[in-house]
Amino acid sequence: MGDTRIRMTTVSQKYIMALAGIFLMLFLIVHLSINILMIAGDDGDLFGRAVNFMVANPFIKIMEYFLFGGFIVHILLGVIMEIINYRARPVKYNRSLKTEKSMFSKYMIHTGVIIFIFLFIHFFHFFHVKLGIVEVPEVAAGAHDFFPMAVATFQTPLYSIIYLVSFVFLAFHLKHAFQSAFQSLGLNHNKYMPAIKVIGTLYAIFISVGFAIIPIYFLFFYN
Amino acid sequence: MKIRLKIWRQKNSTAKGRFVKYKLENVSPEMSFLEMLDFLNEQLIKSGDDPVAYDHDCREGICGACGLYINGRPHGAQKKTTTCELHMRVFDDGSTIIVEPWRSRAFPVIKDLMVDRTALDEIIRSGGYISVNAGSAPEANSIPVGKHESDKAFDAAECIGCGACVAACKNSSAMLFVAAKVSQLALLPHGKTEAADRVKKMVKKSNELGFGGCSNTYSCEYDCPKAIPVEFIAKMNREFFKAKVCKQKVE
Repeated sequence: MGDTRIRMTTVSQKYIMALAGIFLMLFLIVHLSINILMIAGDDGDLFGRAVNFMVANPFIKIMEYFLFGGFIVHILLGVIMEIINYRARPVKYNRSLKTEKSMFSKYMIHTGVIIFIFLFIHFFHFFHVKLGIVEVPEVAAGAHDFFPMAVATFQTPLYSIIYLVSFVFLAFHLKHAFQSAFQSLGLNHNKYMPAIKVIGTLYAIFISVGFAIIPIYFLFFYN
Repeated sequence: MKIRLKIWRQKNSTAKGRFVKYKLENVSPEMSFLEMLDFLNEQLIKSGDDPVAYDHDCREGICGACGLYINGRPHGAQKKTTTCELHMRVFDDGSTIIVEPWRSRAFPVIKDLMVDRTALDEIIRSGGYISVNAGSAPEANSIPVGKHESDKAFDAAECIGCGACVAACKNSSAMLFVAAKVSQLALLPHGKTEAADRVKKMVKKSNELGFGGCSNTYSCEYDCPKAIPVEFIAKMNREFFKAKVCKQKVE
């Protein structure tokens, strides 16, 4: 009836998924704390110094590999679990499930795919520059000088719109992900879970609004 | 009451099923949902048609045998209610009611609205028990059990194994069922000894049988007729972690 080849149980998968997710959520805080320096009003001086510190720091170099690993594990497990879960109900209901629970949890794979597409575009623009795969535009000449490139990119309305929309979906993803990670790790306590859910919502808003401020600043307020 | 029914009809497990529409008049609002189906079946039998097959037993919400997917909800829209305890008064006069069987790879349709829920028994057989014969009840004070643990174990033991959690879950996951059984035993002294092996075997069996994984949508808790909380899934996850990571190997 079932698939006896399954080695790792879905509970183990969720554990790893949750740990990778928490790691990525911590990374987002670090990423935002650097990026937000772009709007400090000093033409990227502070931002440039922060980037240089990150680039020169051997610990950050090592963490980059963990970061890529975290992304790959999180994405691959998400896809594997989606396939297992899809196969678990070969005949669908005529009347779709009318559960009155949050819509955010139902669409994790959909918001995940949108974030993945965004990541692809994002890496294409920034990380590939670093690797030398993509040519650095003249305006951004200079090693690791991302500020002019960020300005040029964010002043492109289409990219900024894609960026903003992606962060709306990231907010939806994080809204469920935060409390879901605690539940998957077995850290559900009736005393603390309401607070964890509130913190998760605030975290999702904080990250998304924080990142969204940057293209809005460059589109409308930067000369 | 007059109602319209759209019921899934399927001759056997291999036949292709389809929805059949019925019109039913003179339905009493005081009828239970199953009595309404009996009423329909009487008319079908009189007219020489095959009656609609569905599971039922105690008809008082404790056996877990009944289970229909009514208008997009397992056991219907009334919370903490099994199909047998659902009454026609909750439906509007003249409304159309769509009735489907539980849908899951692990619950193949036997006929019409009856599904084979042996998979849940197989999960229990894989470890949902205490191996030793504990004998008759010991003197109450010889094995102290805390009030909180006792209450929690009882909450978990309320699971009637109807499979509504599987039917409600978008992934067709049986984790709420597994979690209730794992927690019920792990909370009490006799069950603690085998807790680590039990949780590993039951989770593995659940996956092997084709149930999906939990993605914390929590519709299982919402649609469970006994309102088993998802905190038991978290407890099962903790038990699983302890069993996999913390338990020492015995030479």
